[in-house]
Amino acid sequence: MNAGGALAAVAAPIVAPVIALVGNPNCGKTALFNALTGSRQKVANYPGVTVEKKVGRVTTPAGRVLQIVDLPGTYSLRARSPDEEITRDVVLGRRQSDVNPDLIVCVGDASNLRLALRLALELKRVGRPVMLSLNMMDIARKRGVEIDLGRLSRELGVPVVQSVAVRRGGTDALLREIDRLLEDLPLAKAADWQAPDAGELRGAQSEADRVLRAAVKSSGERDPGTAAVDAVLLHPVAGLVVLLALLFVMFQAVFAWARPLMDLIQDGFTWLGTLVEVSPLPDLLKSFFKDGLISGVGSVIVFLPQIVILFFFILVLEDLGYMARAAFLMDRIMGGAGLHGRAFIPLLSSFACAIPGIMSTRVIDDKRDRLTTILVAPLMTCSARIPVYTLIIGAFIPDREVWGFVGLQGLVMFGLYASGIAGALAVSFVIKRLFWHGVPGEPFMLELPDYKLPRIKSLAIGLWTRATIFLKRAGTTILSMMVLIWFLASFPRPPQGATEPAISYSLAAMLGSLLQPLTEPLGFNWQINVALIPGMAAREVAVGALGTIYAIDGGEGAADKIGQAIAGQWSLATALALLAWYVFAPQCASTLAVIRRETGSWKWMWVTFGYMLVLAYAAALVTNQIARALGAG
Amino acid sequence: MTSKSTIALGNAFVGFRGRIRELVVDMAGIGLPGPELERRLIELGFVEGADVELLHQGLFGGDPIAVRVAHTTIALRRREAMAILVTPALPA
Repeated sequence: MNAGGALAAVAAPIVAPVIALVGNPNCGKTALFNALTGSRQKVANYPGVTVEKKVGRVTTPAGRVLQIVDLPGTYSLRARSPDEEITRDVVLGRRQSDVNPDLIVCVGDASNLRLALRLALELKRVGRPVMLSLNMMDIARKRGVEIDLGRLSRELGVPVVQSVAVRRGGTDALLREIDRLLEDLPLAKAADWQAPDAGELRGAQSEADRVLRAAVKSSGERDPGTAAVDAVLLHPVAGLVVLLALLFVMFQAVFAWARPLMDLIQDGFTWLGTLVEVSPLPDLLKSFFKDGLISGVGSVIVFLPQIVILFFFILVLEDLGYMARAAFLMDRIMGGAGLHGRAFIPLLSSFACAIPGIMSTRVIDDKRDRLTTILVAPLMTCSARIPVYTLIIGAFIPDREVWGFVGLQGLVMFGLYASGIAGALAVSFVIKRLFWHGVPGEPFMLELPDYKLPRIKSLAIGLWTRATIFLKRAGTTILSMMVLIWFLASFPRPPQGATEPAISYSLAAMLGSLLQPLTEPLGFNWQINVALIPGMAAREVAVGALGTIYAIDGGEGAADKIGQAIAGQWSLATALALLAWYVFAPQCASTLAVIRRETGSWKWMWVTFGYMLVLAYAAALVTNQIARALGAG
Repeated sequence: MTSKSTIALGNAFVGFRGRIRELVVDMAGIGLPGPELERRLIELGFVEGADVELLHQGLFGGDPIAVRVAHTTIALRRREAMAILVTPALPA
């Protein structure tokens, strides 16, 4: 036990009791975790695996500091996915060096307790102190569910408290009970848990049903709101129409809503650049700050609003409980392409970023289904492509309305997203046919939770985490790439009496020209070639790189007008080819690293890299040639 | 209730209400070994005696289906739902 002995205190300066939250998916466990720990939480990975480890701190009324661990949701300890294995191993104390819970809090949705009670019974057998916290009591009460807490506690044989994660003070009872239990913690017994067979599971469920009947009075009726909404959203036809409309609105919003904020950020960086311009620094240093750092990093940070808006949609849909519906609606369609219905959620997350998308494929139990999803996830248009798309579309596609209400630029954006999706479906279809012909697919089984209004606080925490990750990237990977690009574009210095722009004498120009024979058929010029090289590390860097190149090339005032610069220098065919290239190109070192980690093999990483490169080259080639043939060259 | 009226949930129409009579998982064409499918179904609440209602179905081939089982709504494919044998509720 973590009694806080002197020795332990020396070994680890803060010895706080560890409380593990365990519960079914959608039971409001994460909302409870957020309510308890607020912003005092840390998201990292468990050593050796890529499962997210969420730990936070809270101080109890008695002044105890607790470490709260939010474990991945599960229906049973009989783990089937890497996520569930973590839950099992932490609960069973198999990850002692990492987290070793002193107390397990089983979290149950008070309005949907049946499966939670069986899990609680299973947790009881583990031999560690267990308590049950009934979450969302407010909703349950409104729905006419009456729970006799004393009776429930007696029948289950564990302490039971109620909590309302979303209300101030809603976790007081839980914290008081934790305080009380920690006062007099029994020693953990040796875990006697082993995977139950069907008979034992049946027995446990009928025991849970008995407890439920004894302690809970409920009509068992569906939530009328959820039933009414589902009548539309799960309607075979209307549901699909709504889903598509939702995706369309999402992409229009990313384009339209972000604009004012983006202009503001842009102005801020331009102003910073002017400050450098009028400073008494030497010219070379001025160029480094203004062309290298400010225009480079600025041109990436400007996309923060779009990324936040995209994540806003994804988080809201997730919190609402709509994501499971989307998987339901898409199951058959994705099945036609050889994908599992559950792959919809990872693929949708990949619209934000392939990295969380690939990591969330852990919800897919079957290895083959999971691998297929991982291989195609990078084809979904991630937010890092947005800067590139925005730049090119802004420069080449006229900003006008078609059919009276749809922006043409938004429409092209939608088309690019659609190409990515079509590409992903086609590739997975081929994978299924080629590699796993005739192997029956994994069953699709998923709980459709009741709809719940998203909570501002959870949403804010989620958005904050994502925004920080993006800014951190801008401050590290992207920043260092920018410095490199500036160096390549500035050295060697032009000779005395040079007639060409300074950049023509630089390393960048040499490198770009070296690649020219390869990219000539695609219509790319050497500036694009130069931008693509650092763009291999992170897609959005290409925009910053173009910014730096054209700033150094075009001299003063050009940095904030990359759009104008490329509009003047590229043909429409070149622009379209670059867009096509970006739909498919494997330009993200972090994604490839995650694929390597998640599949545990270099082979699949190289397979991904190779097939995407081939697709990108082919798509750009075809686009360029067709566009030129049509007179856009 | 006689066993004559027993049907597989995988063959039921939207609006079907009934009670689970037994799980029979030894059928061919299932992606999982029978005992594993049985355990997964139980973990999602499909146990003998539980009330079920078929709420929704997908556009293509009426698949997958959304089933209310006791207090929970579960989405699954008809192929797996074939393992769940149900007896229709008597008309009220």
